[in-house]
Amino acid sequence: MVLFVILVPLVLGALAFSWPDNRTRPGLLVAGAGLHLLGILSLWIHPEGPVMNGYLFLDAAGKVVVTTSSVLFLASAVYAQGYLRSRDDRDNRVFVGGLLVLLGAMTTVGMAQHLGVLWVAIEITTLATAPLIYFNHNARSLEAAWKYLLVSSLGIALALLGTFFLALSGAGPDGPRSLLLADLIRAGPALSHPWVRAAFVFLLVGYGTKMGLAPLHSWKPDAYGEAPGLLGALLAGGITNFAFLSVVRVYQVTNAAGEGAFARDALLGLGLLSMALAAVFMAGQRDFKRMLAYSSVEHMGILAVALGLSGAAVTGAFYHVLNNGLAKGVLFLAAGNIHRAYGSKRIDDVRGAARRLPISGPLFLAGFLAVTGTPPFSPFWSEFMILNAAIGMGRYWVAGLFLLFLAVIFIGMGATVLHVVQGSDVGAPSRPGFRDGWLTAGPPLLLLLAVLALGIWLPGPLLSLFQAAARLATGAT
Amino acid sequence: MGAWTDMAFILVVVLDLFLLASSRLGAAIRAVALQGALLSLLALLLTSSGHDLGHMLAVAGGAFFIKAFLIPWLMFRAIREMAIRREMEPLVGYVPSLILGGLGVVLSFALSRGLPLPTNEMHPFLVPTALATVWTGLLLVVSRRKAVTQVLGFLVLENGVFIFGLLLTDFMPVMVEAGVLLDLLAAVFVMGIVMFQINREFASLDTDALSSLKD
Repeated sequence: MVLFVILVPLVLGALAFSWPDNRTRPGLLVAGAGLHLLGILSLWIHPEGPVMNGYLFLDAAGKVVVTTSSVLFLASAVYAQGYLRSRDDRDNRVFVGGLLVLLGAMTTVGMAQHLGVLWVAIEITTLATAPLIYFNHNARSLEAAWKYLLVSSLGIALALLGTFFLALSGAGPDGPRSLLLADLIRAGPALSHPWVRAAFVFLLVGYGTKMGLAPLHSWKPDAYGEAPGLLGALLAGGITNFAFLSVVRVYQVTNAAGEGAFARDALLGLGLLSMALAAVFMAGQRDFKRMLAYSSVEHMGILAVALGLSGAAVTGAFYHVLNNGLAKGVLFLAAGNIHRAYGSKRIDDVRGAARRLPISGPLFLAGFLAVTGTPPFSPFWSEFMILNAAIGMGRYWVAGLFLLFLAVIFIGMGATVLHVVQGSDVGAPSRPGFRDGWLTAGPPLLLLLAVLALGIWLPGPLLSLFQAAARLATGAT
Repeated sequence: MGAWTDMAFILVVVLDLFLLASSRLGAAIRAVALQGALLSLLALLLTSSGHDLGHMLAVAGGAFFIKAFLIPWLMFRAIREMAIRREMEPLVGYVPSLILGGLGVVLSFALSRGLPLPTNEMHPFLVPTALATVWTGLLLVVSRRKAVTQVLGFLVLENGVFIFGLLLTDFMPVMVEAGVLLDLLAAVFVMGIVMFQINREFASLDTDALSSLKD
């Protein structure tokens, strides 16, 4: 089953590249997403041990992220049926094939227990995403794709150097001489400390670029602004979460080697910087898709802060991975619908979305409330868990700044969102032929219901999964 | 043998500095190709009894084919099709970037003293050369405007990573190294396609034209 969920999307992706018919090709997305989710569910019911000499194994931390993106991918795949039908002027061969390859690569990242395999899989996610950003084939999407490719490649090259450093740190006469997580963690303090530190710095910069932590986020607003809404959802709720998981893997090793304090300080610093930067750029943002990019910077910052706080906050971080993933799906898919209906994403042009799109408009508003941590939506609880942990540890400064940034972001984002949703749409530009249909408005609606349900009732198995993932990440027994 | 290895490392660093000061694209691509050839030579020179000889030959041969032949060839084709010769007005001038590059070399030597190798020392120049080359690559990417020069910078950066990887050849799984070479090729391949599209959309390869997305 472990290999099944990696190979099925890849095989279907190859099939998509050779599929002749443009109209039926998007169906492969649903097939891939459905089979993938079924495979993941079967792994929930019958957990499997490591395969491929221990290189691949779905542990608790991986399970949170893989399940989140599997659900999100299914929602995006259904949405794609409606979206690509409205764009049947355009060849979707690369788009559909690329998305399926992306799913396979993301799943590999989630299961990789070997830092080399992890790196290769992250590289493939980048290569698969760049052509997708260029889906609209205009100058702006080209610029976004170029920037994404260049910045991510730099990050990935530095991450590879960091991986080499880590390999070297365990190359001593009695070192593990391996990049398997379990070996590195077992070796712990025997690793060469200066090299572990250097490795952490390079890997944090490298995978932090993929996460889009400030100040390494420069690709994000452009990529999210120009990519189709469903790709934005998968970037913000999928790929960036996997990049966070990669940082968690690196932290596991660094912490086991006794350099945890150094790593936590770095994570806290970058996390708070990301939240601060998002707060500054969110206010007065004139483009609602770029605004969502800064929201993604903010939430990656929250995850970094939580990992930096360690302890109980990490349980909140894994809960937040799920919540942020689902809520980003709501926001990006609804934003994509609004963009289609108006032919613009400038807030000077777009107003009265609640009237023109009776489902997507209110969904955009509800998604905003959810993602900024308004009760009873689930992100409120995960952010509360992190805040609570910060106060419990006596980190009052961190808690205070965390709250301050959340409040500023709520106000800044709220102004833009209300402008888009409220009012009358008379006189606003429009693109005829797009209305809310169940294929395009249904998936974000279901995701929102999931976010709401998780906020009202968190099932016990999920909570214990988050706790297990946190124990794994922090090395607590 | 020792003198040859020293010489090769020094040449790699000299090529770094040459690239920082070079304004002609053709010369820069040749320099990157030469650097690639030096890397495969280094892979052979550093082979010791602890290595699997066949594996090292494969690494060196692969590096030579991709870094010294295939990619430079692709780059030459790209600039010929787009009829560009020179990097005009870099963001950071040639003299300042040369000074920054020189500083990088000095710092790399100083830094690598603070990072004692846990393995048997392969060669004292290896770590500083790798760090200096990585630094040069980063500098080239951020300080140049042309897409071709940025790709060259990325190649130099990957060269630096490759030099460092030589430290690990005796215990690193083959798979990861294959991944490195493959990824390099794939990255440039995709970049090449993108560049081709940039050319069609803008009829120039100046990434400054790519600046309509701003806050």
